[in-house]
Order: sequence, then C-alpha cells, then structure tokens
Amino acid sequence: MKRVFPILAIVTAVLLIYAMHQALVVAPTERTMGDVQRIFYYHVPSAWTAFILFSINFVASIIYLARRNAKADMIALTTAEVGVVFCTVVLVTGPIWARPVWGIWWTWDLRLTLTLVLWLIYVSYLILRKFSSGGQTPLLAAVLAVFGALDVPLVYFSIWFFRTQHPQPVIGGGGSIDPRMLHVLLINWLAFSCFAALVCWSRYRFEVMRREVDELQALGSMMEARSPR
Amino acid sequence: MTYLYAAYAATWIIHVAYLGWLARGYVRLRQEVDDLKKK
Repeated sequence: MKRVFPILAIVTAVLLIYAMHQALVVAPTERTMGDVQRIFYYHVPSAWTAFILFSINFVASIIYLARRNAKADMIALTTAEVGVVFCTVVLVTGPIWARPVWGIWWTWDLRLTLTLVLWLIYVSYLILRKFSSGGQTPLLAAVLAVFGALDVPLVYFSIWFFRTQHPQPVIGGGGSIDPRMLHVLLINWLAFSCFAALVCWSRYRFEVMRREVDELQALGSMMEARSPR
Repeated sequence: MTYLYAAYAATWIIHVAYLGWLARGYVRLRQEVDDLKKK
C-alpha cells in the first residue's frame, strides 16, 4: 500500500491541475455572471465531496454504535475532519461568489444557514473528540454524528422545496446546464473526490499511529508503576 | 476576475493549511515513537 500512495498522489495532482485548467480556460463563459461563475467549478464539487464524507461518517458511526468497531470509529473521525475542511471551502467560496453576483457577502437564507449549521455540528463533533478524554467519547461522538447527518439531506433538498436566494440545482430539480460546463464540473468533482480520498487515507494512517503511540505510552506508564523502586 | 482568483486561492490555502497541520502532527508522532524506543 505504501507504494500505491505516491502513484495515486501524482495521478491526483495531475487530475487537479487538468481540472483547474478546464475550469479557468476551457469551460465556456457564463452569459450573465461572466468569469466569476467559474467559482462554481470549485464551490459545487467541494459541497458534494463534503456531503459524501459526512454520509460515510454517518454509516461508520452507525457501524460503531452497532459493533463498537475501532476501525469504524477511526473512519468516522477521519471523514468528519476532512468533511469539515471541504465544508469550510464551501462556506468561504460561496460568499466570494455571492458578493459580485448578489451584491452581498451573506444572507440568512435557508440553504446558507443550514450549511453553516452543518459545519457547526461537525466542528462541535471534532471539538468533542479533541477535548473529551473519557472512554465514552467515541460513543457520544457517534450519537452526535448520527443526528448531525440529518442536516445533510436538509441542506441538499432545501433549494428543491423552498424558495431561497441560492440558485436551483444544476442537476435534477428542474435546473439545466450547458453540457460543456457539466463536463468540467464532473472532472473537478472527480479530482476533488480523489484528493479527498488521499487526504482521508493519510489522516486514517495518522490516527492509527496516534492510537498505537497512546497505547505504548499507557503500557510504559503501567510498567513504570509496577517496577520495584 | 479578482473574486474568481480569490475563491481559488482561498480553496488551496484551506487545503494546504490542513495538509500542513497533518504533516506537523506526523512529525510530532514520529518524535514520540523515537522517544518511546529510547526508553
């Protein structure tokens, strides 16, 4: 597996560069918004990737609650953390896009507010995991994750069922998109998904190593306490 | 164009900052492993 990682990292880097070139140069310029619409090729794939990561976190949390499986717990932690990074990208690129198009950085619209709530839920999940040291922490975190995941479909479908400032979905839900734009969007999504998978892999390996070090330190402390003085 | 470049730059600043934090964590863990081996 150690040999596969650098190859995948190179492939992902090439894919990300190609996707950025497609987004900035190849994709057609949108008629009303102009070049600023190209933020779409980073904003939307980041949101989709965050949704997928939070969904994996939900499944892993359910598995942990059912079987108390340590691997499921580590996958849940990993996907929540990387999901928060992608959700942060969504919350930063969204207002940068909104300012020239809507004339405002932010509005307390349903889609935007629910996305902020989603980010806050997973940030609190990470804070819980970081600062709570009891044996019940993974269990509490899994319960929080299961309830937190309920916000994912609410965010996604909020623009389907309610009138909001946010544009309608480009795929499904009555929206339409130029096939060339859709092609660039899907390439960027593929690139960011590969990138997210690699980052999750690194974070998972880091977590495995961290837990091994914690166990060794605990074992060392026990040995010291038992050794005759 | 300023907003477009700002959005792309912000995206990569966020990702690179996270990767940097992760890399620093790896270095710290490796040091801890070395210390444990010495003990």
